[in-house]
Amino acid sequence: MNGPEIKNTMSPPNVFEVKDCALIAIATGRRAINLKEMQDTLSAISLDSVYYHFWGGLLQPRFEEREFNNDFAAWAWYGLHDAPLAERLAVVDPTGSAGLEDLRQELLGIIEERLDEKDSLYYVLATARFEFIRSQIVIFDSQKRAETPEKLAEFLPTLSTGSIFYHFIDARRRLDQHRDDFSYWLSSYSERYQDLCRQLSAIDPYFGSLFHIKDQLINVFSSYLTKE
Amino acid sequence: MTNLFDAYANVAGPEVVTHLRQLARPLAGMKVVHVNSTRVGGGVAEILEKLVPLMQELGIDTAWEVIEGNEQFYQCTKGMHNGLQGQHVHIPDDLLAVYEETNRQNFQNLQHPLEEADFVFIHDPQPAPLLSHCANRRGKWVWRCHIDASHPYRPIWKYLRQFVNSYDASIFSLAEFAQSLPHPQYIIPPSIDPLSDKNIELSEQEMNSVFSNFELDPDRPLLVQVSRFDRFKDPIGVIQAYKLVKKYVPAVQLVLAGGSATDDPEGEQVLQEVHENAAGDADIHVLLLPPDAHRTINALQRVSDIVLQKSIKEGFGLTVTEAMWKGKPVIGGNTGGICLQVINYNTGFRVNTPEGAALRIRYLLHHTEKLKEIGNRARAFVRENFLLTRHLREYLTLLNSLYFGCTDRIELN
Repeated sequence: MNGPEIKNTMSPPNVFEVKDCALIAIATGRRAINLKEMQDTLSAISLDSVYYHFWGGLLQPRFEEREFNNDFAAWAWYGLHDAPLAERLAVVDPTGSAGLEDLRQELLGIIEERLDEKDSLYYVLATARFEFIRSQIVIFDSQKRAETPEKLAEFLPTLSTGSIFYHFIDARRRLDQHRDDFSYWLSSYSERYQDLCRQLSAIDPYFGSLFHIKDQLINVFSSYLTKE
Repeated sequence: MTNLFDAYANVAGPEVVTHLRQLARPLAGMKVVHVNSTRVGGGVAEILEKLVPLMQELGIDTAWEVIEGNEQFYQCTKGMHNGLQGQHVHIPDDLLAVYEETNRQNFQNLQHPLEEADFVFIHDPQPAPLLSHCANRRGKWVWRCHIDASHPYRPIWKYLRQFVNSYDASIFSLAEFAQSLPHPQYIIPPSIDPLSDKNIELSEQEMNSVFSNFELDPDRPLLVQVSRFDRFKDPIGVIQAYKLVKKYVPAVQLVLAGGSATDDPEGEQVLQEVHENAAGDADIHVLLLPPDAHRTINALQRVSDIVLQKSIKEGFGLTVTEAMWKGKPVIGGNTGGICLQVINYNTGFRVNTPEGAALRIRYLLHHTEKLKEIGNRARAFVRENFLLTRHLREYLTLLNSLYFGCTDRIELN
C-alpha cells in the first residue's frame, strides 16, 4: 500500500472478479516511548503505517475481542496508562475520514490537545514502546467470477478472509467515496440494487473480525436477494 | 488436493488451503533452502519438519540443510543466543574463531545448493556467516531470528550484525525484536502444527497413561511447565510459585517436563539446580524427556489443569501456543511473544514474579468455570492465528514480495 491514496475511478466491470490478498508486516524501525515521541514520529511516518495500525490487525495475528480498535488507542491505555487519551483515540473512525492524511491529522490533533492538558505527558515514559509497523499487500486473482449478484451471493461463504479484506476494506482506499467493491459493482446495475448498496454501507467494518464481516455480508446479500 | 493438505483443510478450513495454493503458484519450481543447526529438539526444528514438506507439496523445490559443529561451536552459539536475549556474556576470541571456521567448513559442504537456491532462509545465529562465503549466490537470502532480540547485549549483536547486514531481508517474531539493519525486517510470528504428534488429538487411554507412567494422581490439580531446562524459562521460579500455592491448595501437583536440544550445553547445569529445589517434595515431578517424546508432552499438556510458561525471556513461546491449542489457560511470563498470545482473563494471565504466578494459579483453581471458559477461548485464538497454515501463508507472501520487488502493493497476474 503506497503512501498516496490509490483511487480507481474506472467504470465498474460487468463481471465481478474475486481477488484475494495476503498482508505481511514490516518493522519500520521507528518507535515511541512517550507521547511527544509519538507526536513527532506520527507526523512523519508513512501513511502505510497509519493504515496498518488501524486495519492491519484484521489480517494479522491479534486477539479479536480487542478493547481498542486501533493500536494508537491501545498503546495510550496499556503503554502510557492515560485513560482520557485512550478513549479519545479509540473513538476515531477511519471510515469517516476523507483519507489517511486526514486520519493522521485527526490523531495528531487529539495528541496535541492532550499534551496541552497535561504537561507531564511530555516526559512520562510509557511502559511499552509503540512500534511503528507498515505492511506489504500481495494481491492475486482467485479465478472466481460472478456474473450476477445471485452468483456473488453463492460465492460469499467460500471467500477467504483475504478476499473479504480486499473487497470490503482495502477497496475504500482504491475507490471514491470510501465505497467497497461490492457496492461499486452493484452500481453498474443502475438503481436496481440501491437498497442492497445501502445495507452494505451500513455494515461497520471497524468492529469485529473479518469472519464477522463475512457473516454480515452473507446475511445482507441472502436476505435481500431472497426478498427480491 | 493431496492428503497432506486435506488434513490441514479439515483443521483450518478449505479456503485457507486454496489461499496457500494461489499464493504459491507464482513461486512454482523455485529452489528454497532452509538452514539451521539441529534436526531435532527446539522450536525451529519442529517448524521446519512440517513447513518444508508443505512447501514441497505446493510445488516449491524446498530443502532443509543442517550445519554441524563441535562442542566449542555450540558453546559459542549458546553464548550468542544468551547474548541476543540480553545476558552479558563474553565469548572468547578462540570460540568465535571456531564459530567462523565451522561455518566456512559447512559452506564447503553446502556450496552447491546454497549457490543455486532462489531463496535461502538462515535460521538463528548459528549459520549466519554462511552468506559471507557465498560469493556466487544467485538468490535472495533471509535471516530468520527466532530469538527475543529486543534488548541484545550490544557487543554480541555488533559482532553478529556484520554477518546479518548483507542479507536481503530478515524476519523477527515481533516488531519489538527488530534491530537497526539495512534491509526490510518482516514480522512473522511462528506457529504450531496441529497435526504433529505434539498437538494431535489423543485417545483418553493415551492421555491417561501419563498418570501411571509418572506417578501422578488424576484426581488432584496438575500444573505443567514444558520447556528446556534453561534459566530464561525460570523453572526455579515455577517451583517457588508452586510452593506458594501448595500452602493454600495442598493437593496441587507440579510437572516440569524438559527436553534437551543438541545445541544447548547449559541444560545439564540448570537441571541440577531444579532437582535441588524440588528435593523433598514428592508432588514435584521433574521429567527429562527425550527429544522425540512429543506424544508424552502432548498428553501431559492435555491432562493438566493449568499450563505455565513463566519465562523471563522468550522468543515466542510455542509451548504456550501448544497448551492453548489444547484448551488450557496459560500463566506466562510477561515477555516476548507470550504478550501476543496470553491476554489477561481471556486466554490466561501474564505474570512477572513467582508471587504473581501463584496468585493466578489459585484464582483459576478456585474458579473452575472461568478456567474452562479461558481454555476454550485460548483454543479458538490459536485456530485463527497461530497454526502452521498462517505461518506458511506469511512465508509465501514474503517470497512473493522479495521476488516481485519490495513495493508496498504487489498485484500478481
